[in-house]
Amino acid sequence: MTRKQNPMTLALCALGLFAASAASALAADAPMAPPKSEINAAVGTGAQFTPPPESSIPDDDFGKMVKLGRDIMLDTPKYAKDFVGNTLSCVNCHTDAGRMAGSAPLWAAYVSYPAYRGKNKKVNTFEERLQGCFKFSQNGKAPPLGSKTLVALESYSYWLSKGLPVDEKVAGRGYPNLPEPQQAPDYVRGQKVYEAKCILCHAANGEGQYVNGETVFPPLWGPKSFNWGAGMGSYKNAAKFIYANMPYGMSYSLSPQEAWDVAYFMDAQERPQDPRWQGSVAATRAKFHDSKFSLYGTKVNGKLLGDIGAPKPR
Amino acid sequence: MRQFIPMRRVLAVATLGALFWAAPASWAAAPPEAASCIACHGADGMGNAAAGYPRLAGLPEQYLADQLRYFADGTRNNAIMSGMAKPLSAAQVTALATYYSKLKPSGKPAPMPTGAAAAEGERLALRGDWEKGIPACIRCHGPGAIGVGENFPALVGQSAAYIEAQIKAWKDGSRSGDPLGLMHTVALRMTDAQTQAVAQWLAAQPLSPSKSASAKH
Repeated sequence: MTRKQNPMTLALCALGLFAASAASALAADAPMAPPKSEINAAVGTGAQFTPPPESSIPDDDFGKMVKLGRDIMLDTPKYAKDFVGNTLSCVNCHTDAGRMAGSAPLWAAYVSYPAYRGKNKKVNTFEERLQGCFKFSQNGKAPPLGSKTLVALESYSYWLSKGLPVDEKVAGRGYPNLPEPQQAPDYVRGQKVYEAKCILCHAANGEGQYVNGETVFPPLWGPKSFNWGAGMGSYKNAAKFIYANMPYGMSYSLSPQEAWDVAYFMDAQERPQDPRWQGSVAATRAKFHDSKFSLYGTKVNGKLLGDIGAPKPR
Repeated sequence: MRQFIPMRRVLAVATLGALFWAAPASWAAAPPEAASCIACHGADGMGNAAAGYPRLAGLPEQYLADQLRYFADGTRNNAIMSGMAKPLSAAQVTALATYYSKLKPSGKPAPMPTGAAAAEGERLALRGDWEKGIPACIRCHGPGAIGVGENFPALVGQSAAYIEAQIKAWKDGSRSGDPLGLMHTVALRMTDAQTQAVAQWLAAQPLSPSKSASAKH
């Protein structure tokens, strides 16, 4: 993508050009100074917990496993290759390798499992919860229980959680709630937010950007992104993540309405099939997507979302 | 039996060969405007580390053109560059940006710093300091900080003096025009010690990292 081809991006990057900003309707709407933002997602969560510094990872066999877990978080296609079916890494949704409160930190998840999950209607161990990330968010396949990949991630999560009480409600878990939208989330408004704030990194068709085959900015939809079964496919969940974490370094800079709208826009795009496919879009929606926050199996702009056939075999 | 080859043909072939040998891959000759740039940025477009003049070679075309416009209109406040950029026509800006974007970067990185500052520089570049709201450089400037697309220029191949001065310029507002104000926002959160540490570490990185080095933490 170059800005020559895309007038919206051109306008976006003219934010600082006072000469140009008056000329275009879009740039005229844009703020002259960077919007007010918080330093990170944790600010909006009331989290008190700080995981230990990485410099304190022990220099022994356990420490090696902890470091492997951290590396999997940072570069999943490289360190967990066999279980990844797209170009995303854990860190794309778990800021700072799973350390950041308000960005689904691993330490808060670790002390909250085993737990019953409506998603698969059974009690899940922490390892089983991790398997879900690979199956859905990584559009891959579940690493076997006890495999090195899961042992490494569990070791890293355990190590991060030092000092946290088990099975207590822990501030900073998941993504912080954001205020309800004043207007129903809207595709067209969301597209405008996307073009103003997201396209710079995630590109015109949500395809992200790569350098030498490595993902820099993750694809948000399309064949290389998370599949329809991922948590991020709920636009409520996505709105919470975006509000607290996006753009990078500019937490809570979007209005709640903007976050809802752009999350709706992102989740109204096509992506890989839900691996829990029930033989038809309608049946899969009825069983797994019976929520107003999932657009799977609904018509957006005349297109039935998810109508792309059975999932590809892994 | 000796075969006679006319001297003129030998010469013609040799000349053509020499032309191919000498021509850069892009076949782009320096536009006349570049004469003014060379004094500070070098014939190779790699700048002057001691003086803090930046690398231009191989930076994104759009980014380079933007910077010339920013110098001209004051978005980037720099007395020397403002004087250079103001007289340029739009066509000249494009010609210069095209030329320098196609120049292949060259040269050796600065020596790797040692000690605690080097470790802090590496941490900031590869992991950031999220408690203070500072994302890692590589998250936007790519693995090895070699640059991504038209908006996130390479940081490698720049001198420590230049990188440090730019972060400070974003912090004090004398440089803007960064998309979404991203660099201004990050720079506001960086201490002088962090700025210096990350600049020195980045200046010591190779122009094109090995694949394994880019994923090192």
